[in-house]
Amino acid sequence: MERILTRWLDIPDLRKLDVYAGNGGYKALRKALFEMKPEEIINEVKNSNLRGRGGAAFPTGVKWSFIPKDSKKPVYLCCNADESEPGTFANRYEIEFDPHCIIEGIAIACRAVGAHTAYTYLRGEFTVQKRILDAAIAEAYANNYLGKNILGSGFDLEVFTHRGAGAYICGEETGLLESLEGKRAYPRNRPPFPAIQGAFGCPTVVNNIETLSNVPHIINRGADWYKSIGPEKSPGPKLFCLSGHVNKPGLYELPMGFPLKDLIYDVGGGILDGKALKGVIPGGSSFPIFTAEEAVKVNMDFDSVRAAGSLMGTAGVMVMHEDTCMVDALKTIAHFYHHESCGQCTPCREGCGWIEKLLIELEAGRGKMEDLKTLVDAATNMEGNTICVLADSLSMPVKSFVPKYRDEFEAHIKLGRCPFKTSSAQQAA
Amino acid sequence: MPKLTIDGKEVEAGADLNLIQAAELAGIEIPHYCYHPGLTIVGNCRMCLVEIEKAPKLQIACNTRVAEGMVVHTKSDKAKTAQKAVLEFLLINHPIDCPVCDQAGECKLQDYYMDYDQQPSRFPLPEKNHKGKAIDIGSGVMLDQERCILCARCTRFFDEVTKTSELAIFERGDHNRIDINPGQPVNNKYAGNVVDICPVGALTEKEFRFRMRVWYLHRTASVCGGCERGCAIDIHHHRGRIYRFKPRFNPGVNSYWMCDEGRHSFPALQNETRLTSPLVQSKDQLVSEPWGEGIRRAASIIADYKRTYGANSIAAVIDATSTNEEAFALKQLMKTAIGSDRIATLSWSPPGASGDDDLLIRANKNPNARGLAALAIPADGLDGLAAAVASGELKMLIAMRADLVRAFGEEEFVRRFGALDYMLVLSADANETCQMANQVWPIAAYPEIDGSFTNFKGRVQRINAAFPPPGAALAGIEAIARLGHALDGVDRPSSANAVFASMAAAEPAFKGLSLAALGEHGADLAS
Ligand SMILES: Cc1cc2nc3c(=O)[nH]c(=O)nc-3n(C[C@H](O)[C@H](O)[C@H](O)COP(=O)(O)O)c2cc1C
Ligand code: SF4
Ligand code: SF4
Ligand code: SF4
Ligand code: FES
Repeated sequence: MERILTRWLDIPDLRKLDVYAGNGGYKALRKALFEMKPEEIINEVKNSNLRGRGGAAFPTGVKWSFIPKDSKKPVYLCCNADESEPGTFANRYEIEFDPHCIIEGIAIACRAVGAHTAYTYLRGEFTVQKRILDAAIAEAYANNYLGKNILGSGFDLEVFTHRGAGAYICGEETGLLESLEGKRAYPRNRPPFPAIQGAFGCPTVVNNIETLSNVPHIINRGADWYKSIGPEKSPGPKLFCLSGHVNKPGLYELPMGFPLKDLIYDVGGGILDGKALKGVIPGGSSFPIFTAEEAVKVNMDFDSVRAAGSLMGTAGVMVMHEDTCMVDALKTIAHFYHHESCGQCTPCREGCGWIEKLLIELEAGRGKMEDLKTLVDAATNMEGNTICVLADSLSMPVKSFVPKYRDEFEAHIKLGRCPFKTSSAQQAA
Repeated sequence: MPKLTIDGKEVEAGADLNLIQAAELAGIEIPHYCYHPGLTIVGNCRMCLVEIEKAPKLQIACNTRVAEGMVVHTKSDKAKTAQKAVLEFLLINHPIDCPVCDQAGECKLQDYYMDYDQQPSRFPLPEKNHKGKAIDIGSGVMLDQERCILCARCTRFFDEVTKTSELAIFERGDHNRIDINPGQPVNNKYAGNVVDICPVGALTEKEFRFRMRVWYLHRTASVCGGCERGCAIDIHHHRGRIYRFKPRFNPGVNSYWMCDEGRHSFPALQNETRLTSPLVQSKDQLVSEPWGEGIRRAASIIADYKRTYGANSIAAVIDATSTNEEAFALKQLMKTAIGSDRIATLSWSPPGASGDDDLLIRANKNPNARGLAALAIPADGLDGLAAAVASGELKMLIAMRADLVRAFGEEEFVRRFGALDYMLVLSADANETCQMANQVWPIAAYPEIDGSFTNFKGRVQRINAAFPPPGAALAGIEAIARLGHALDGVDRPSSANAVFASMAAAEPAFKGLSLAALGEHGADLAS
């Protein structure tokens, strides 16, 4: 397959502006500025069926169309580069190797929604990435791809980068906006939605880096071309972050709809040490796990994964083989959400801690049978009842791990220890 | 106005109302913690989750505006399950120290637990998170971080109402805690309000801690007498003692708030200097006498002066802390029973008192300065009275609540009024002016009487007697009525309602008003 999002593998130094421009870079921006009206850009993206890569899979063109036309307030674009989902590492490579594609995507999106200011919110740890992106932005300014009167079109755009202080919740779009405004990243209740009241009370689009880097390609080659890649309703090239017990973990660009089985066994080189597959979380840690039997039947696009009972989220594919203690795995996941809950909503604040504590007990062999019910009850009560979906992000794994690997949970209780550890290892731990 | 259905009841509610408010109109309480009508909506407690037909998920009532045709279920299985779950989550790390918690009895956690949950906690107690307890955060407020349910009412109060942001939430997740910035204790004239709005016992008043179980307290609607704002309050009392003042909602006066000065002004109203018996000067000492004797004595002295020097040898001074009814009754007494037109207002504020601010506090510390002005009792009449004393025309002074000695200082008082022959003082407590008086009558302090105050914007608000005055003290209007009767045999009204009615008939400013019809928010002066 032709590489689209990972052209940097074929074109050395793509991150440099002259190389990028020499390889068709900023052609889409010219087209968007001189040949298309903003509505036409939005329509092209709508028709392409591009869906957000940040986790929620929302149709990007539709999101853009929610921005009020002729807004009296300024419109903002926020590019979400907080990339904090466990097992997710696509955005960082895109920034490192193809930053101009992101800048071009930002500029086209801004033109489409009438934004003259864009903020890129980078996760706290992205110090190097920020330097690279800043350098690319400086180059773009110097060559008038950004700034006043871009390429003589009359369109102005300022782009700022902002680094967070290191919290998962800063990636949630309204938490991001609060953080950007200098406040604690407490996600906001919706309504109002960011499209009406986003950054600084103004209409705002929040898009993921990967979403935006698809945009120049769509503008260059058209919606029909884009839709021809993968399933029509969930199309496009996709970056898969393969991690866990595979021989060749890493970042892979594949068409949407690629079979998970092939991702693991072909692209990923199969399971480590030839072991058996036990489970896969297909979209970062926030979603239901697939058992081995389920996993090998799934195609990796938003709709197929949903139909199979999970969500593709960020396409952070986490593979676990037969030696994985699923109680321990869930405990690790719970620890993450407990640690990252902003603590605003009662169910999430209290529930995440409760669930982690129950899992610590269960994993250590000190659990009781009724704890399994309590776990699922607590998870159920968190779900759908909070300001943002971080609560659901722990609820979904809990509600899938417990029934799907119930025998393992019960074994911990019956044995009074973890069956995957020798008793001496258990004591040491 | 949109029509909607809540729990089968049809409700018509203003389009800007949320579902908690709309349900309230229908007499339905949607449980809530973080929502407070005087603050912005954060929607963090998730206690108010309700089911709305056609909505895919439960919605929080506090952040949902009413809409035409909306069908809401606050007690459906789904809603109840969610509400119960929130309570269960809240109790996981809650210390449950109700037996030693001052909030017990007015704690929303306790209340809702009784209403909704009542199931034993599934979480073993030793596992609870520990945070700070009994932290003195300043301005008389104590914080217990373990009891806190992180509803952010207190932080929003300081962010939005006083705009001073003394409190913030630190850490994250279930380690979240309310705290002050290190080394910056709360120093805020309105801090007591955060105690009021804290739905649990996390913020308590140092003064009130462990003083009284709240279920023993009765509430009487009143008005703070601390300044000319006249914040609506409830007096919380038990067996004739006030335990606290709490603000009462009045959109036209104080919204939901009051200042700490006003809040802590009640001890002065019930200290040991309260007068409990009429007194008369005898051999340079004030000695008790029965009311009957005191009234007769004053009446005959007034009659003497009138006969010898004319009615204008007698004047009255009324303090601007007196009620409208007291002022009107005294003005009428002077006019009809004595025939003097000498009456003046004493309106003063102690040196160093707080000045006007942007929120509530007023520099004028008199709750009824405007009321007296509306009754055309001259605010600048005292100089004239002093001149009349100096010229020998004025011989006798009736001072109603007016602590002239304190207001002027002893030297100035003597310079102005030292030459008076006779002074009758009506006062709630034995102040310095009483020491200079020939006769002293004990009258009720404002928590002990019915009546009204007019605030500086002309809002007339009613006050209600919480309990009777101490000892033989009488309501001011009762004392005036008795004196009047002794002077001319005419029966004067002595109930606040009746005095107010005569006032409304006689005084253009009060035209059309009636005490009973003032309601909880009061009414504006007619002119
Ligand atoms: C807890 C949480 C964390 C999130 N973190 C990220 C993130 O790091 N990056 C991201 O792009 N989206 C993240 N999202 C999703 C964003 O809220 C939002 O949906 C996304 O940025 C929209 O962009 P898209 O439409 O281009 O996907 C997160 C959501 C939640 C609930
Ligand atoms: S669900 Fe959790 S992370 Fe999201 S706003 Fe509520 S407490 Fe914060
Ligand atoms: S201290 Fe009280 S008001 Fe403040 S957040 Fe905690 S519970 Fe709410
Ligand atoms: S502002 Fe004035 S009336 Fe209001 S509480 Fe304070 S002292 Fe009392
Ligand atoms: S009252 Fe609605 S969420 Fe707290």
